[in-house]
Amino acid sequence: MSFWRFVPFLAAAVVLAPVGVIMSSLFAPASEVWQHLVDTTLSLLLINTFWLAMGVVTGTLLLGISLAWFTAVYEFPGRRFLSWALLLPMAIPAYVTAFVMLGVFDFTGPLQSSLRAWLSSDLAWFPDIRNTAGVVIVMTLAFYPYVYLLARNAFLSQGKRSLEVAQSLGFNRTQGFFKVALPLARPWIAGGMMLVLMETLADFGTVAVFNYNTFTTAIYKAWFSMFSLTAASQLASLLIILVFVVIVLEQQFRMRMRYAETKRSGRAQRIQLGSWHAWMVTGFALTVLFMAFLLPVGQLGFWSVRSLMASDFDLARYLEFLWHSVSLSGLAALLISAVVIAIVYAARRYPGFSTRFAVRTATIGYALPGTVLAIGVYVPLTWLDRQLSDLIFHGFNIETGHLIQGTVIIMLVAYLIRFMAVSHYPIDSAMQRITHSIDEAAMSLGLQGWAMIRKIHIPILKPGIYTAAILIFVDVMKEMPITLMTRPFGWDTLAVRIYELTSEGQWEHAAVPAGTLVLAGLIPIYLLMRQTEQ
Amino acid sequence: MFKLKMNNFFVISTCAFFLLTGQLAHAQEVVVYSARIEQLIKPMFDAFTKETGIKVKYTTDNEGALLARLEAEGKNTPADMLITADAGNLWAAARAGLLKPVQSEVLGKNIPAHLRDPQNEWFGLSIRARTIIYNTNKVKPAELSTYEDLASPKWNNRLCLRTSKKVYNQSLVAMMIAEHGEAEAEKIVKGWVGNLATDPLSDDTRALEFVAAGKCDVTLVNTYYFGRLMQKDPALPLAVFWPNQSQGGVHVNVSGAGVTRYGKHSKEAIQLLEFLSSDKAQNLFADVNMEYPANPNIKVDAFVASWGDFKQNSMNLAKAGELQAAAVKLMDRAGYR
Repeated sequence: MSFWRFVPFLAAAVVLAPVGVIMSSLFAPASEVWQHLVDTTLSLLLINTFWLAMGVVTGTLLLGISLAWFTAVYEFPGRRFLSWALLLPMAIPAYVTAFVMLGVFDFTGPLQSSLRAWLSSDLAWFPDIRNTAGVVIVMTLAFYPYVYLLARNAFLSQGKRSLEVAQSLGFNRTQGFFKVALPLARPWIAGGMMLVLMETLADFGTVAVFNYNTFTTAIYKAWFSMFSLTAASQLASLLIILVFVVIVLEQQFRMRMRYAETKRSGRAQRIQLGSWHAWMVTGFALTVLFMAFLLPVGQLGFWSVRSLMASDFDLARYLEFLWHSVSLSGLAALLISAVVIAIVYAARRYPGFSTRFAVRTATIGYALPGTVLAIGVYVPLTWLDRQLSDLIFHGFNIETGHLIQGTVIIMLVAYLIRFMAVSHYPIDSAMQRITHSIDEAAMSLGLQGWAMIRKIHIPILKPGIYTAAILIFVDVMKEMPITLMTRPFGWDTLAVRIYELTSEGQWEHAAVPAGTLVLAGLIPIYLLMRQTEQ
Repeated sequence: MFKLKMNNFFVISTCAFFLLTGQLAHAQEVVVYSARIEQLIKPMFDAFTKETGIKVKYTTDNEGALLARLEAEGKNTPADMLITADAGNLWAAARAGLLKPVQSEVLGKNIPAHLRDPQNEWFGLSIRARTIIYNTNKVKPAELSTYEDLASPKWNNRLCLRTSKKVYNQSLVAMMIAEHGEAEAEKIVKGWVGNLATDPLSDDTRALEFVAAGKCDVTLVNTYYFGRLMQKDPALPLAVFWPNQSQGGVHVNVSGAGVTRYGKHSKEAIQLLEFLSSDKAQNLFADVNMEYPANPNIKVDAFVASWGDFKQNSMNLAKAGELQAAAVKLMDRAGYR
């Protein structure tokens, strides 16, 4: 019985263990590889990471806030459509946007090639996109919806009223935006910004496509090209420190957000823009939508058709990747949902500060980059593996070999840590709906124990569990670094396939697996939209 | 009660283990871990199965992952043979004790000494030549001479290179370290980096396209990438130049294989290896990817032969493996991404 009590603490321990293992590598003697990294690439990694973070944060804030403000407060042609369509880029993994953009806009891509032929010029003025600016633009297009979504919520709930306040103070609209609405929405905007920062620091696929060296690609290189797990861990520990700064900031903002009003002001009248301005806003929003969604999806569709029509398209192999992706994601969704249900139940039965703290810790894993988790889980589990097989060998004289390595266990544990938070929110908010008076009413009707869980709790929890499972399913399907670094014998997934094809520059062949991921990614967007439109 | 549960747990987890790893052994089969992609190995495996009745099971992955996996699996590895697309990783595998020496007259006869491990732990099966390709509209062949010359200022803003993360470039630099020593090699690589017309590219094909489209004038690629591109579009203004003909020779690497130390079907694996080096498979192995057969008695594919004869660098490829780690670090120091 009292086992339940410890579930949240166990989960928190599972999350903290890899962090501890990696941080302890800081105290490991500096390896030769580490010394080399310090001498050559480390400062570059820090500089690259800094500019990337600055650029993406600036870019997503500009796009996210302006689009959120326009769609929340103003009336302009296409507003209804655009206000949800601007969320669509969330369906495309950033690394997919990255290779499509490279395929379209690079020197030998269709755009520059046809422009050169058409203008018969060498197009020397055309900006190179394989550089910092290119990565920043791609990630901005992929991640701005986080800021947009949260800022829009804030503006919808207070935007119109804050403008009225501003008018009463004698401000015009622009002043009202900067002096009243923007400061009021700050917690939300900062929350979105922190999500963007986390995604940026965690990103592996996009920077790999652009050959832009950051901590994540350096970790991969240290492990798989220089064969130094120690140096990889040491790099990962630096990345963790960066991430922790972000986590602490994020928690601060989240707490502030709780005290602000979130109810929407029902009958807020939208401000009708003059026709010239209105069309400019429409044009701006359409441009963003085009670059971030329509163009990548269109190009993917075009390549997919060509790739599917080609004689060398190997359907059996594609189905094999698809099956691996689907079965892994399904397995992860089941496992993680089950664990999170257990946590939420335990937190409900044994409320208290320590439990709450444990739950908070357990759901912090979403901030840990996949490359870090891959090492953080791999190292202790392979150690455990050795101990286990030694024990069995000495105790029972049975040679078991590896019991953990070579299975999907390492991958699943890493997924669990990373995606627990994603499923916690929907399941927890469903659980909040089961009040104690419902329990008491059920008991008065003679329902107890399992019967109560089956007949009352599960039906109420169901929608939340489904949502959680779907979110995990899709996130795991898109996940690249953990899968790439820890997958066992023959478990190539769609994401792994995309990594391999793009590292050989085969954009066209990567389109079918990438298109599949985008289709899967549309499901949670649909759910999200249904929720926000309600 | 508890015991029963434990038993159940054990049975279930064992079943799950076997399901997940698929490590159930079969007789008369060879399990291959291959870094050479599927399209390039399947035809030979099919021919081998047809001739001997031995089934070939394979998994393809990149070299690093395969090596890490072999190492992790240790004595329990299901793999009997490792195929890679370069000598450096074979060398690393041998060094890590993952391969075992194979004494075979057939292999000794078919594969020249510089294309196999001095201890016979691995054997080159096809030759991949990394050479200079130039834009015929902008470069006269007389301007070209050696790899080292591409570091000279006259190529400023005219060179395109693939990323240093690719093992082909690491091997090439390793060879230069062997020939010139580290300091001189670093100077050359720095010269290359200084001459780049654009940031390093993701792959050889892209580098060729950049040269054809005029972003840069010369690049270094494996010839089969050139072959593939020219077959698609013969009108491209690209041509092969064989560098270092008066000194050293063209840098070659191999796609090759070794028999794993702890494989369960070593006999069959050696049989497969010998088959791959024989005239029955050499043309399949090389021609399918427009490479050069490792066995010098085999005729080169006609299209490939049209690029001309060349002298290859006869340094033993084990040397490239030995120096690969130094090459990676050197390129980091030189700022070659």
